[in-house]
Amino acid sequence: MSLPTSVTVRALTAVTAVCALALTATACGGTTKKSSSDQGPGTASTASADPGAALKKDLKLAFLPKQINNPYETIVDNSGIATAKEIGSTAKEVGPSDASASSQVSYINTLIQQQQDAILLAANDPNAVCGPLKQAMAKGIKVVAYDSDTAKDCRQLFINQASSEQIGRSLVQNLGKQLNYQGKIAILSATQNATNQNTWIEFMKKELALPAYKGMRLVKVAYGDDDDQKSFQQTQGLLQAYPDLKGIIAPTTVGIAASARYISSSSYKGKVVVNGLGTPNQMRKYVKDGTVAQFSLWDPKKLGRLAAYAASALCSGQITGAEGQTFKAGDLGTFTVGKDGEVILGKPTVFDTTNIDGFDF
Amino acid sequence: MSTKSDLSRFLRWDVAVGILLVAVFATGAGTTEGFATTGNLSFALNDIAEVAIIALPMTLLVVAGEIDLSVASMLGLASAVSGKLWESGWAFETIVPVVLAIGVVGGLLNGWLVTRVGLPSLAVTIGTLTLYRGLASVALGSNAVTDFPETYARWTSDTNTVLGFLPYPFALFIVLAAVTGVVLHATGFGRSLFATGAQEEAAYFSGIRVKRIKLLLFVLTGLLSAFAGIVFTLRYGSARADNGQGFEMLVIASVLLGGVDFDGGKGTLGGAIAGVLLIGLLKNLLILNDVANEVQVIVTGLLLVASVLTPRVIAAALERRHRRAAAAV
Repeated sequence: MSLPTSVTVRALTAVTAVCALALTATACGGTTKKSSSDQGPGTASTASADPGAALKKDLKLAFLPKQINNPYETIVDNSGIATAKEIGSTAKEVGPSDASASSQVSYINTLIQQQQDAILLAANDPNAVCGPLKQAMAKGIKVVAYDSDTAKDCRQLFINQASSEQIGRSLVQNLGKQLNYQGKIAILSATQNATNQNTWIEFMKKELALPAYKGMRLVKVAYGDDDDQKSFQQTQGLLQAYPDLKGIIAPTTVGIAASARYISSSSYKGKVVVNGLGTPNQMRKYVKDGTVAQFSLWDPKKLGRLAAYAASALCSGQITGAEGQTFKAGDLGTFTVGKDGEVILGKPTVFDTTNIDGFDF
Repeated sequence: MSTKSDLSRFLRWDVAVGILLVAVFATGAGTTEGFATTGNLSFALNDIAEVAIIALPMTLLVVAGEIDLSVASMLGLASAVSGKLWESGWAFETIVPVVLAIGVVGGLLNGWLVTRVGLPSLAVTIGTLTLYRGLASVALGSNAVTDFPETYARWTSDTNTVLGFLPYPFALFIVLAAVTGVVLHATGFGRSLFATGAQEEAAYFSGIRVKRIKLLLFVLTGLLSAFAGIVFTLRYGSARADNGQGFEMLVIASVLLGGVDFDGGKGTLGGAIAGVLLIGLLKNLLILNDVANEVQVIVTGLLLVASVLTPRVIAAALERRHRRAAAAV
C-alpha cells in the first residue's frame, strides 16, 4: 500500500544521477549563444509604396497598450481612437491589466483572429511579442509600435515620442537657460541599467561638453530606482553632499516628482532648480507653489494621433515602412519615415505656469 | 439507496466542470468568429501549457493535503537562471539539467520545511514564493535576455504542431497527464495520496510513509515548475525575473475549480485538467469578444468561489436528504 522508503530514495538518486549525467554529457558540446547567431534577417518590406493613394476608410485599428488603466496610455489611445473616427475608420483599445512580458501575447492572437487591419502596440517586452506579431504581419495585418518599441523586424513602424538626442540635449538646454549657464548640477535617474535613461544621460553629457556650458559642472548621477521613497532620499543626499548645488535634472516621472516634493518642503526651495521629465498632474502642485518653473514631456495626445495616422497610411499603401517615405498626419503635418521604420513625433513639450492647466494626465 | 448514488454521480463536480467546458466550447464555436479555428485553439492550448504542466503535481499535492504557492516564483527563477547562463555563453543543453536541478533543490527546501521542520505548507511556500522571486531578481535584475536560438524556440511555437493542431508543450502535457492519471488513480501510491490527504494520522499508522511521500511531491512540483520555466522562456523568447507572475493563483484556481478538495483527500486529475482547460478557453473566448480585463478577472473569481462553495452546498443537501430518509424509516 505505501511507498517503501528505499523506492523514494532510489527515485531521488536516479533523478540526481540523470541530471549529473546530462551535465557531463553536454559540458563539452551543445548550442551556445556564440554558436547560434543564426536568427534570420527580418521580413523587410519589399512592396512599393504609393504616396498618392487615398487614405482608406472603414479600417479596423486596435490599440494594445502596455497595460489598460494606465492614465498616460489611456490618453494616447483615446486620442488615437478619436483620430481614427475623424478619418472615417474605427478603433478600439484592448489590453491586459498587468504590464508583464507575456500578458500582451493573448491579445495579439485575438486581434489576428478578429482580422483587424492594424495592431498598434506599446511593447512590454520587445521580444516576447515578436512571434505573434510576425504571424499578424504574415496575414497582412499592419503592425505599428508606439511609445515602447518591439524588435525591429516585428513591426513596420515605430512611432517615437521624441528622439533620445532631442530629449537629452533639450533638458540641458532648458536648465542652462534657467541657471544662466552657471553652477554645479546633478542628475537623478531611475535605475542604473535603464537603457532609455542612460542614452539620454549620454546626450546630456555631450551637450554639457559644448563651450556654452563651461560654467556648469555635472557633479553626480544619482539613482532613485524609479522608487518614490528612494528618489526622495537621493535628492536629500545630493543636497547634503553638494550644498552649493544649483540644479537637478530628473529624466524620470517618479524621480522628478519625488525630488520636487523634497525641495518644496525644504530650505532649498527657490534656490535649487529642478527640471526633467514629468507628467502635468504629478507636477501641477510644484509648478503652482513655485518649486518647479518648468519640466518637459511629449504630448501623449499627439502621439496617439500620429500613431493612428501612421497606421492608416500603412493600410492605405501610402507607405510601407521603408526609410525616406513620407505621409500626412492631418494638422500635425507631414512626417518622414526614418531609419529602421522610426517616425519621430518631435521635440518634447515644455510645461510651465502658462500651459499646465491645459493638460490632464 | 440507488437513487442517491445516481444523484451523487450526476452531481459529481468534476463531471459538471467537464460539461461546462463542452458548453463553453460550443458557445464559442457558435457565437464567436475565429474561436473554433485550428490557429486559435492551438494558440489557446499553448497559452496554458505551463499552467497545465504545473497543475499536474499541484493536484497530487492538494490531494495529499498540501499546497505549493512558490510554483510561479520557481518558474521565474528557472527563467532568470536560464537567461543568465545563456548570456554567459553556456550551452543550452547544459542549462536545462542545471535549471531542473535548481527546481529539485527548491522543491526539497519546501518539502524539508514542511515535513521535517513541521511548518504548514501554506506558510512555507508563501515564504519561498518571495525567496525564489527574489533570487530570480538577483540572477537577472530587471534585464531581459531574449536572443534564444530558433532551433529551440520553434519547439514551443503554437504554429509548429503535432497532428496539425497540438503544439509541442501541450502534447508533452498530455503525455505527462496520462502518466500522472495512472499514478494517481490506478496505483497504490495514488491511493496512499488520498489516504494521506483524508486522514494523515490514520494513513501514517497504517504504514504509509506520509512525510517521504510529501517530500517527493514537493520535489516533483519544483522540478516541473522549473521545467515550465524553460518552456515559458522559449515560448516568449524572453527570460525575465518577473516571468509567470501570478501563475500560482491560476494553477491553484484551476485545480480547485476541477473539484479537487482544498482540504485534501478528494478529487480527480480529470477534473483538474478540465478546470485548466475551462479557465484557458473561457479567457480566450472573453478576450475574443473584447470583454474588459476586469470582467475576466471577476468571472475567474466567481468560478473559483463557486467551485469551493458548490460541492459543500451539495454535500450538505445530500446529508439533509439522507437524514430525512433515515428518519422516515
